[in-house]
Amino acid sequence: MTTRTDASPRAKFDPALLLVVPAAAFMLLVFVYPFLNGLVDSFNPKKGGWLANYSHFFSTDNLWPTIWTTLKLALPATLINVGFALPIAYKMRVKSRYQRWITTILVVPITLGTVLIAEGMLTYFGPKGWLAQFLQFFHLYEGSIRLTHNYWGVLISLVISGFPFAFLLILSYITGIDPVLARAASTLGADPKSQFRQIYLPLLAPGLAMCFCLAFVQAFSVFPSAVLLGSPAGPTRVISIAAYEAAFEQYDYSLASAIAMIMGFVQLIIVAAVLGLRNLFYRGPVSGGKG
Amino acid sequence: MKHDFSDLRLDRVTRRFAGAGGHAFAALNELTLTVKRGEFICLLGPSGCGKSTALNCIAGLMQLSGGSIWLDEQRIDTLPPEKRGFGMVFQNYALFPHMTVAKNIGFGLRMRGVRAAEIAPRVAHALKLVQLTGQEHKLPGQLSGGQQQRVAIARAIVIEPPLVLMDEPLSNLDAKLRIETRAEIRRIHKELDRATIYVTHDQDEALSLADRIVVMKDGVVQQIAPPHQVYAQPANLHVARFMGYRNVLELDVVREEGDRVELKGSDIVLTGVRMQPLNGARAALAIRPDEIVVGEGPGGLNTVSARVENVEYGGRDSLLDVVTQSGMLLHVRGPVTTALGDTVRVHVPIERALVYPLD
Amino acid sequence: MVNRNVATAWFDRAWRGLLLGLMTLFVVNIAFMIAAVATSSFAKRWLGTWLPEGWTTTWYTAAWKEFQLDAVLWVTVQVVFAVVALALLIGVPAAYTLARRDFRGKRLLMLLFLLPLMVPPITYGIPLATVLYKLQLAGTIYGVILANLIPAAPFVILVMTPFIEQIDPNLESAARVFGAGTGRMFWHILVPLLGPGILAASLLVLVRTIALFELTFLTAGPDSQTLVVALYYAVFAAGVRAPQSVDAMAMVYMLVTLAWLLIALRFVNPTQLVSRVKEHPQPAA
Repeated sequence: MTTRTDASPRAKFDPALLLVVPAAAFMLLVFVYPFLNGLVDSFNPKKGGWLANYSHFFSTDNLWPTIWTTLKLALPATLINVGFALPIAYKMRVKSRYQRWITTILVVPITLGTVLIAEGMLTYFGPKGWLAQFLQFFHLYEGSIRLTHNYWGVLISLVISGFPFAFLLILSYITGIDPVLARAASTLGADPKSQFRQIYLPLLAPGLAMCFCLAFVQAFSVFPSAVLLGSPAGPTRVISIAAYEAAFEQYDYSLASAIAMIMGFVQLIIVAAVLGLRNLFYRGPVSGGKG
Repeated sequence: MKHDFSDLRLDRVTRRFAGAGGHAFAALNELTLTVKRGEFICLLGPSGCGKSTALNCIAGLMQLSGGSIWLDEQRIDTLPPEKRGFGMVFQNYALFPHMTVAKNIGFGLRMRGVRAAEIAPRVAHALKLVQLTGQEHKLPGQLSGGQQQRVAIARAIVIEPPLVLMDEPLSNLDAKLRIETRAEIRRIHKELDRATIYVTHDQDEALSLADRIVVMKDGVVQQIAPPHQVYAQPANLHVARFMGYRNVLELDVVREEGDRVELKGSDIVLTGVRMQPLNGARAALAIRPDEIVVGEGPGGLNTVSARVENVEYGGRDSLLDVVTQSGMLLHVRGPVTTALGDTVRVHVPIERALVYPLD
Repeated sequence: MVNRNVATAWFDRAWRGLLLGLMTLFVVNIAFMIAAVATSSFAKRWLGTWLPEGWTTTWYTAAWKEFQLDAVLWVTVQVVFAVVALALLIGVPAAYTLARRDFRGKRLLMLLFLLPLMVPPITYGIPLATVLYKLQLAGTIYGVILANLIPAAPFVILVMTPFIEQIDPNLESAARVFGAGTGRMFWHILVPLLGPGILAASLLVLVRTIALFELTFLTAGPDSQTLVVALYYAVFAAGVRAPQSVDAMAMVYMLVTLAWLLIALRFVNPTQLVSRVKEHPQPAA
């Protein structure tokens, strides 16, 4: 509930508005200002014209493919995460003991963080780790498994760290849909499959899009896993590695800022595309009944 | 799934829940009822009496713990709700917020595979029936409460179900709208010529709408009877209290003669009609406030003196709280000229003083 | 008719089995992964066999000394608690205003607050590091705190806003009628009612900040590293050191995180954060 803004000519100043000031000021100073600074910096290269950083990026062989490399990791990981989170969260929508246990168990990987997962994977998924031994023991796979220090390692780690987050987010959206709507649909002849397709899915579409975007942002920013679990020189040279190298190994902060801006921009395109798709669906309230 | 049926039979329908202490309690206990085609049945009772549970069991939204439900000779309690083909109006309407009015109403028809060309005229007809023509393209969020409720009704009847279930559909409307919509519901029921089961806690609604009323308490049926009978001859003390018999006096039994019972308190003697077998030295006497007459009774029988302690002006008459010398309180409807502190003589006709065993 | 019922029931069971199977695979593998790290940290030597050759706890003491875990832990504690406290301090009042008031530019302000959550940490971390460097804050603990505060404050706002919206605004009017100004109303009415929300938000921020890598990585100096960054460096340079000591450190990190997570879960039901609508009270009437 919000108060109407006063339209009278001498509207009294609402002291509550002051409460936002610290947070807003902080954001502007510590986030927007450096960001703009970086943007400006990126047009100020060490040598060359104002677009030199960007042209350098797109012409260097170990720089511009990083976009595609990162997308090759981030998009499948996000699709897997969201794609599996949806049906599982749908099954979990009824409040039960299962729901509490599973949510708790799934919250654990979120807290482990990327570095621990990377270290764990090196030990467990490594060529001499338990998984390899297990497969060999049961003669399920005779060769040595190559799941670390390559593309698959990074992908797996993205799924491990991204799935719980996507799951919890989708679960929150699903439980926000009043279950009486599905009941009403069933009295009108909708079997469970129709209930999902006709009622839940359209109402979930906005939330799913949001979840996809957030999960994608997380996956696209992959950094420590790509270094520890991948092969940062080659197949898993993601764009954040390129930015980091420019900043801390070549000390070219201008180029680093440029790369960071490109990274943000690519991500923005994808997010905008997904949100644009979402506008094809319904965007109103999700409770049924008295408006 | 039949469209023409002759009766719906509930046979000892029971539904248990796990209670707070861990042991099960029966929210619905052995409800047995036969609903004939064309009937309007009201399930009436206070919160927690099991009426909504009964409705949900009939709709298939809840599994039975015991008993069975039959539509003519077909057993239906084993069917999921989408296969039973009943129409249901939910208390909060449950309109699909992402669909227009037309799509909401047409949903049931779509689910049953009715051809699109046939859906449109049927939806239009349903809209006309609830007097909402012209609102087809609005979203539920853009409608008023009364309009949403009518869309919910249209959605339930457009599929031409053998049975329409209504769960307290009027409870969220204001008083004026409630009375208007009540008449609408009755009219639609007559036009459809199917059967309606209507859940409410409001006895005025039940009295005005129902062909038969099922009064429930704590999951157990108290009385199944037409409205005038529930009103004038409540089967037990609970039903009497619920139907407005505000005066319930606990008195000593003096003697019984046939169905007449003579009771006395410390300063009054009253005779009433026994409704159930008595079980002890004391009994309860139930009287409606509007059936206590101000004035001397025939031959001075069943008359008491009392002092007016409170007056509530009611336009046509006043609701009076009167107290006898021994402190017994009666609610009486008396002339508007009665004043605080007046002493009045009131009497009750023997046939309208109902005697029940104490519970 | 009967056959269709049987077929759909079977399909439903198969689908449920598949989902359950996937979940189990997921959880079991993660559990074993953690167990592998744990086992390795206690192992004397472990080369390609099911279980190590011997057990020891020396790796823990070695790691403690080698990675200066006591100093790192202390830094982590300072950073995390500072971030939580500051995030609450600036986030809760902002959430209040966003939840209760409408004003021109509100959407813009909300976008401003949500932006850090949508932009990758590297994208704003690198420019931030540059600025901090110019201000000579880079490499200090204050720089680390500032950097970690950027995603933390919006997160608090995001979590608290629905909590505040749920509180009946009439309560505030009642407080005003009975003589409480904004400050006292906040303190006596809002904060107690928001207790669970504030707790939830702080625990989430705490757990996230412990695990947040990139920002600390970009802004920390050698003596202002949090546990997760120290762990990264240890793994990175693992070629030189024995992997078991790195595993020991990883275990320490995980135990710290797990301890806080368990504390968090005692006070916050994860489904609370997740459930928006109260399930219809099972109709007992």
